[in-house]
Amino acid sequence: MNYSATIGLETHVQLKTRTKMFCACALDTASDPNTNVCPVCLGYPGALPVMNKKAVKLTVMTGMMLGCEINGRSSFDRKNYFYPDMAKNYQISQNAAPLCLGGGVAIEASSGGRKFVRINHIHLEEDAAKINHYVRNSGIDFNRGGTPLMEIVGEPDLSSADEAIAYLAALKEMLVYAGISDCNLEEGNMRSDVNISVRAEGQSRLGTKVEIKNMNTFRGIHAAIEYEVARQISVLSQGGKIVQETRRWDTDLGVTQSMRNKENAHDYRYFPEPDLVPVELSRELLEEWRREIPELPEARRQRMAGEYGLTAYDADVLAKDKAKADFFEAAAVKAKNPKAFCNLFMTDVMAYVNANVPDLSCAYVKETAPALSALFLLLEEGKINGPTMKELLPEVLGGKIRDPGAAVAERGLGAVSDASMIESLVDSVIAANEKSVNDYKAGKKAAMGFLVGQVMKLSKGKADPKIAGGILAKRLS
Amino acid sequence: MDFRELTVSSAAKGMARGDFSSEELVRALIAEVGKSDGQIGAYLSFDRDGALAAAREADSRRRQGDCPPLLGIPVAIKDLINVSGQPCGCASKILEGYVSTYDATVVSRLKKAGAICAGRVNMDEFAMGSSTENSAFRVTRNPHDLSRTPGGSSGGSAASVAGFEALCALGTDTGGSIRQPASFCGIVGFKPTYGRVSRYGVTAFASSLDQVGPMTHDTEDAAMLMNALAGADPRDGTTALEPVPDFVKAIEGASLKGLKIGLPKEYFIGGTDPEVMAAVRNAIDLCAASGAEIVDVSLPHTEYAMAVYYIVAPAEASANLARFDAVRYGRRAQGVQDLGAMYGKSRMEGFGQEVKRRIILGTYVLSSGYYDAYYGRALKARTLIRRDFENVFGKVDFLLTPVSPTPAFKLGSLPDPLKMYLNDLFTIPASLAGLPAVSVPAGKTDASLPVGIQLIAPPFRDDALLRAARAFELARGRAA
Repeated sequence: MNYSATIGLETHVQLKTRTKMFCACALDTASDPNTNVCPVCLGYPGALPVMNKKAVKLTVMTGMMLGCEINGRSSFDRKNYFYPDMAKNYQISQNAAPLCLGGGVAIEASSGGRKFVRINHIHLEEDAAKINHYVRNSGIDFNRGGTPLMEIVGEPDLSSADEAIAYLAALKEMLVYAGISDCNLEEGNMRSDVNISVRAEGQSRLGTKVEIKNMNTFRGIHAAIEYEVARQISVLSQGGKIVQETRRWDTDLGVTQSMRNKENAHDYRYFPEPDLVPVELSRELLEEWRREIPELPEARRQRMAGEYGLTAYDADVLAKDKAKADFFEAAAVKAKNPKAFCNLFMTDVMAYVNANVPDLSCAYVKETAPALSALFLLLEEGKINGPTMKELLPEVLGGKIRDPGAAVAERGLGAVSDASMIESLVDSVIAANEKSVNDYKAGKKAAMGFLVGQVMKLSKGKADPKIAGGILAKRLS
Repeated sequence: MDFRELTVSSAAKGMARGDFSSEELVRALIAEVGKSDGQIGAYLSFDRDGALAAAREADSRRRQGDCPPLLGIPVAIKDLINVSGQPCGCASKILEGYVSTYDATVVSRLKKAGAICAGRVNMDEFAMGSSTENSAFRVTRNPHDLSRTPGGSSGGSAASVAGFEALCALGTDTGGSIRQPASFCGIVGFKPTYGRVSRYGVTAFASSLDQVGPMTHDTEDAAMLMNALAGADPRDGTTALEPVPDFVKAIEGASLKGLKIGLPKEYFIGGTDPEVMAAVRNAIDLCAASGAEIVDVSLPHTEYAMAVYYIVAPAEASANLARFDAVRYGRRAQGVQDLGAMYGKSRMEGFGQEVKRRIILGTYVLSSGYYDAYYGRALKARTLIRRDFENVFGKVDFLLTPVSPTPAFKLGSLPDPLKMYLNDLFTIPASLAGLPAVSVPAGKTDASLPVGIQLIAPPFRDDALLRAARAFELARGRAA
């Protein structure tokens, strides 16, 4: 008997806003517990929520990127339940009129080819506080309480653990790219509730579904899905029945376990949030927000490969990271040989940036790209040689040299490419290094490197090593 | 200076003239509280030292020439409004130990206008009630007859002003909680348009109905307070961006002449106390004699208002009061072993009967299977009630109605909660429609119990409403 799995994900994404969803507290969970809090997110008597516009914007932009229909008149509802991580014992969420409807994500299907995973809707809500369990009691940290949370509710179109991860990876890439969320899985920026059911081949009705809540890492989700699908198949093939329930994934044991407190279906008693007026989004505003959506990774990959003559690999590496791609394009704009610039960029430039520029911001790109572009142009025009370029590179990337041309002139680093000048240097070197010359003539190719080095030394590094090498080779052949 | 003769307006003028200082004023107030509150029982707490310190600071500001309109004026604060550093008990045991860490917007605006928050006054627990008998702490008595209630839920606010142990007070009104006690105590009680005054820092009962308003000796005082209180607040998303008029200017030269006053027939049915009706009829005659045009009108969906209110308000309250769970603040029950028991016992012990009744009712009408029949339907009926008023205001400028079917009733005389709810019959509809409404003294019964009339205006015509109330006040001879 063959079984197929049906998987649906509800993914909660913490939005990259400056402040919380309904109050002006800073979004910073790294601080000491209960330091980024106020009467509103602590649910004190008399506190009222006020809308975070950026959270609405980021959610709408996500909906646009996923091809959703945007609700021009969206509203909030109270979702009522008691739990210590909910300061008001109701969560302000959306039920009747969420911000985005429909849409979906294209992924590689397990059976080959492409598959479109549909999205049911996307809504906005506030995150709960964090509960830390200790030996004798539990502590509640409200720093996280009130964080804007975007919930992407997917249809059960996934049929394997691989597809689920492909779906989440595609979402993550898009969300990080567009600055919607950092999607740092370790910090819980992106958590999913996983719904899993299986059914026998030929059965049209979906099987009973089991929910595994609050999963973070892709590895964990993958393992949990594989385990649970196997478990359900095992139960059914032995004639048993699947109980509709919430299970938890135990990472250490590698199993899902029935939660001791049987979770009855909650009656959340949803009703319209009276403290917030409905959100009305005009066509003009939506268009303004749509214009802020960046070119997405897939499209950018293809364009950069074509425009700059990059290999698929290089385009992929660059396009993956929006900040790096932005930096590359800003600096490559004048390059005569963008492919050569790309080689330099992927090695020396990235090495420096990765070590020294933790925040590759728009401001950094704006300040540094022109200088980097100018530096490379000097090389391409032969005004400096390779070693000089590499010497100046850290200062350019460190912001110390804004005008490479001027620096070269000031320090007298202009390349010596005049053939006659180099010829006389070559003659001096040949005269002074008889042993190496003989080594080279005897077949020791490495001696050429030494001799070129001597020419460079004599020229104080300004000779073009390629030209020097060429003249040496001619002289000694 | 005789404190009992003062109004906010005359006190402000007196201090401006240098007749007395704010410190002297507050000392006189403290003396009155000491004399009367044993009998009236309006106050839950009074920070004497704090009030005197604030008064001295006000006097100092005045000496430096910094004289905002309410400088040095003491205001009694209903116990559900947050004043930083003061307990905010909402007259409930469940908030034992809770001290406000912030000022409500109405409080910070009063402070900015130079006023002093002096004393916290009694109320029905969490504003649920019409007699202040639901307070967990003490009984407040009507100064006109100590065997009777001052009304509710802002009973302490009304009694303190009527008993001359406060110059003015802030109350809140959800279904009539400013207007009915004002009527019972013979003072002015003003409920602004919903969204006119910020609710930030005011413990919520029913979010779509609650409004803070002034309770004063006369309409001029109400206007002075409204100038300080009204206006949009970025901390309250339901406040309106409507520009704030100068209420004090708006009531100058007020006259009833030419005003079109509607009498909704649904408010003049049998069942209202004959002495109340007589006072209201006299008021109508007075308006007519003063040149107002009296028009009969109809608000056909009035009969559904009570039912709608007692579905919508408890529903919102059931969620608003969920935060009182003993986790972060307030009174936590002892001897419990798990979370559910902690919630259950703390709330069982901390909440009074009426509060529990409304939480259960509210939870029920929102529950799965019942939402559409009750809450969903109530929301629709509410729209119809609002439309009734919209239609009528096409024909008239204001509506005139009784405030309550009876004058102040005896303490303990209405043990049946449903009978208690009927007190709000005439005040609820304007609340549901979010309209500004005011109770102005209109006369007394043979037993010298005050009777007020209610005037209702279209949304954001708060200034016109206060002006009409002023005109009526003047016509009745209560000169400024």
